[in-house]
Amino acid sequence: MSATNNVAQARKLVEQLRIEAGIERIKVSKASSELMSYCEQHARSDPLLVGVPASENPFKDKKPWRAEGAVSLRSP
Amino acid sequence: MATDGLHESETLAALRSEAEGLKGKLEEERAKLHDVELHQVAERVEALGQFVMKTRRTLKGHGNKVLCMDWCRDKRRIVSSSQDGKVIVWDSFTTNKEHAVTMPCTWVMACAYAPSGCAIACGGLDNKCSVYPLTFDKNENMAAKKRSVAMHTNYLSACSFTNSDMQILTASGDGTCALWDVESGQLLQSFHGHGADVLCLDLAPSETGNTFVSGGCDKKAMVWDMRSGQCVQAFETHESDINSVRYYPSGDAFASGSDDATCRLYDLRADREVAIYSKESIIFGASSVDFSLSGRLLFAGYNDYTINVWDVLKGARASILFGHENRVSTLRVSPDGTAFCSGSWDHTLRVWA
Repeated sequence: MSATNNVAQARKLVEQLRIEAGIERIKVSKASSELMSYCEQHARSDPLLVGVPASENPFKDKKPWRAEGAVSLRSP
Repeated sequence: MATDGLHESETLAALRSEAEGLKGKLEEERAKLHDVELHQVAERVEALGQFVMKTRRTLKGHGNKVLCMDWCRDKRRIVSSSQDGKVIVWDSFTTNKEHAVTMPCTWVMACAYAPSGCAIACGGLDNKCSVYPLTFDKNENMAAKKRSVAMHTNYLSACSFTNSDMQILTASGDGTCALWDVESGQLLQSFHGHGADVLCLDLAPSETGNTFVSGGCDKKAMVWDMRSGQCVQAFETHESDINSVRYYPSGDAFASGSDDATCRLYDLRADREVAIYSKESIIFGASSVDFSLSGRLLFAGYNDYTINVWDVLKGARASILFGHENRVSTLRVSPDGTAFCSGSWDHTLRVWA
């Protein structure tokens, strides 16, 4: 019966919400600091961030091909 | 009986009111911890330097829209799939095609490389996910060794091997995700909760444990426990379909790209959205997102043919990349972070570095 289905569905939703409401959370300030600290720790070994010399990046070798247009902007 | 009906509707009303109450509580708890914005905390971080990214390789060979791609762990091979039904394995250093197989369906929306590099998985409008072992024997017909693993009741939108070649996670237009044993084709776990098509998924980095995130047409991003099948966290702040989800490298957060023209960052431990990457001038949907190795940069491909590079911490756009001549549909950073690859409706893939 559709009424029973509705009750079953509603019960499932309530159970799900109870789980979600009950999890432990930390402050955004703390979470943000940790995201930042991860970035800082790994920045030096991030090739796309710091750039690597052509000799170390297999995609930047001296093979002649058409390197097609990209524009790099520093926009705020 | 009339009395049973009355009892049912009282229970339903009670449950609904409890659900509303819990939703309110959830919002309250999340708001209590919202003491600052990420970009404010990030003011003390050094600004990004000037960097130049160009197309270093163009992979041509698909006869129609490229829909999906994935890197091999060897950081050089790429598998891509297309609307024309073809799945191609490329050597991205040389741009040579190493393997090609034609699927029995068009719109192969999902493909993935196995961790061993010895197989690929793909699927789409056939509602299945199939695994093809890769062989270098020219006499062997790749299609002959095909093994159907997953069966959904609607299109396959995404697939990913777990940490081994033995299990595959799938997402489908039927609104579910599922975990399968490759060898037997057995369904190990299914994940129900999305209210519409699931469009994307990403596995948490292995150190973080057995979870994955999915995004769908119901505008929700959901984080799942792979063992229990339970949804552990859900986020509903996007205003349209979520086309792509990707974990931050530490596993503590994930980014999403949506048809609402924004990308967002959700922190799992704060249990909320902590950044929105958007600009008034960006009005087309973001189809695919991925982080650079340190998590500082977020690359996002859009339906306006561009790729925007976002400063994840400060929230500003760092660069815009032109080159594709149609929608960017898929984008992944290589396993060692030296490059990223984008696929487009212009039939090509580009490797950028």
